[in-house]
Amino acid sequence: MTSEVVAAAPVPVPGRARRVREIAEELRGLRGALIPILHAVQEEFGYVDQPDVAVIADVLNLAVAEVHGVVTFYKDFRRTAAGRTTVAICQAEACRSVGAVELAEHAKRTIGCGFGETTYDGRVTLEEIYCFGNCALGPAVQVAGKLHGRVTPTRLNALLGETR
Amino acid sequence: MTVRVFVPRDSAARSVGADEVAERIAADGGAEVVRTGSRGMLWLEPLVEVETAAGRVGYGPVAPEDVDGLIAAGMLSGAGASLGLVEELPWMKRQQRLTFQRVGVVDPLSTADYVAHGGTRGLLAALAMPPADVVETAVDSGLRGRGGAGFPTGIKWRTVLGADADLKFVCCNADEGDSGTYADRMLIEGDPFTLIEGMTIAAYAVGAAEGYVYLRSEYPDAVATLKDAIERARDEGWLGPDILGSGFGFDLHVRVGAGAYICGEETSMLESLEGKRGMVRAKPPIPALEGLFGCPTVVNNVLSLATVPTILAHGAAEYAAYGTGRSLGTSVFQLGGNIAHGGIVETAFGITLGELVNDFGGGTSSGRPVRAVQVGGPLGAYLPVEQFDLPMDYEAFAAAGAMVGHGGIVVFDETVDMAAMARFAFEFCAAESCGKCTPCRVGAVRGVETIDRIVSGTDRAKNLVVLEDLCELMTDGSLCAMGGLTPMPVRSAVRHFGEDFQV
Repeated sequence: MTSEVVAAAPVPVPGRARRVREIAEELRGLRGALIPILHAVQEEFGYVDQPDVAVIADVLNLAVAEVHGVVTFYKDFRRTAAGRTTVAICQAEACRSVGAVELAEHAKRTIGCGFGETTYDGRVTLEEIYCFGNCALGPAVQVAGKLHGRVTPTRLNALLGETR
Repeated sequence: MTVRVFVPRDSAARSVGADEVAERIAADGGAEVVRTGSRGMLWLEPLVEVETAAGRVGYGPVAPEDVDGLIAAGMLSGAGASLGLVEELPWMKRQQRLTFQRVGVVDPLSTADYVAHGGTRGLLAALAMPPADVVETAVDSGLRGRGGAGFPTGIKWRTVLGADADLKFVCCNADEGDSGTYADRMLIEGDPFTLIEGMTIAAYAVGAAEGYVYLRSEYPDAVATLKDAIERARDEGWLGPDILGSGFGFDLHVRVGAGAYICGEETSMLESLEGKRGMVRAKPPIPALEGLFGCPTVVNNVLSLATVPTILAHGAAEYAAYGTGRSLGTSVFQLGGNIAHGGIVETAFGITLGELVNDFGGGTSSGRPVRAVQVGGPLGAYLPVEQFDLPMDYEAFAAAGAMVGHGGIVVFDETVDMAAMARFAFEFCAAESCGKCTPCRVGAVRGVETIDRIVSGTDRAKNLVVLEDLCELMTDGSLCAMGGLTPMPVRSAVRHFGEDFQV
């Protein structure tokens, strides 16, 4: 016996592997099924966990490395759960021309975390996005899936207040 | 008869309260609320239109709390503080809307509205011709790829038609990741049947049985609208095994992207559709011969495909009568960024950049002077006001070291730091590069470092030479437009705004 401290394994969601297999089997008939399967898994569980990768690879008869490669290539696929509310701020050129960088600095200070991070209490995840296609009404911010245009720091504070 | 009131369901309009406005009008009970796409006058959103005997009267921008007062002042009969008839507004009257003819006018999911406003006429005309004639009509129209590259659409189709294969595909590139471009989104949200019809015509022309729309995940409203429209199109017999009784079969599927800008590059998009990492492919082979799953594939942008129905309905000559030189037809320009009147301007090629920014756009929204305009997305050039007389034309822009691209125009006022924008172009390329080729993967990172040295005054003259050398190498040596065009915004920023680099 060693006294080495081993990091706790993630708590498995009961039945998760079975459900991931069901999703993968249901969609595997599609052409190029992997990305639709990953979207469906993330839709249901909020993120794609490492054990899910092996299950999906098995159903699609792919190497685990291939599935891992796809999961990590695309920014949409999260590897951990997001906070209760996701706030995504556009940082592309059109929104930059009307203050999106300054808005992002304000958001980081107010929310208390950086881009790609979640607050310590799990309340908010902050993301940077490159273009919602709302380029004439910037800065554009998406809060809990709803898009908002012409978001000033004051307006962002109000939107964040609504999520509390 | 109840009055019909039109409120957009476009996501830009919703982002400034269109849903709440529609709810307030519906709660009043005096009118039937129809949700449409947006007319593209985005500074007026939410724009409410009321049907009157003279035409549709507009009110905007309308805040939810304004609704009760407007109704009390007679809005539902077209009275009160209106903008007048929407079709008569100078912004609308000066445009030639062909691709966008129904956007903002019809209920996007009503098949009856679609047919009543000229929908399916292009498809019926196409089905009455042999496929090769449909291809030649596309060639004769002069239509060029609206996604940015400007390759003649008909020539691409001709290659796919000539390829011998049991299975062919039509893929629509709706991965509209460029900042300042949103016409694909507005068309899909505002008139999705046009895209479906255009893809069906393309499929008939080249002999494809299956189609895919690769649509970005950042556009959830467009995804929902298009999926719904495809279901309705199947119910109408506009998709399926026997389209409009012609015996021709074609079906269409939506695939949602996953947040990778590079998947807007056609070969990367095909990899992604195959369920792989979005790594760019070397060309040749061209996708027209070896595309999706190795089969001959048409890959066209949303606007190219959505323009096909009007070309087939009215003939190639009528479309080609618009435009100038080798840039024929109309283009859908998108005004964004720091602009007073942002939105969609569909007009014949040849209009000048200055007319778009000043006459349509009304200058900046901040009220400060315009300093720079980026045309054609993050990979397009930054142009100074001195170049406002450039006509919007593929060749004229190329000659000026710029590109029309997808027609996005982003305006910056005098507070912009162009060295910071050039640095951002490299940062973005470094973050979004697929990593397959070295000039793009490594060059972008070195570019950020070099600009930092120039701005901090470290060996400025030498580093400007390094920057130019790096730009040349990326332009010549990259596998695709991501690395190949990132130098365009950088070089144009140095050339036109050298003072920001202390040159």
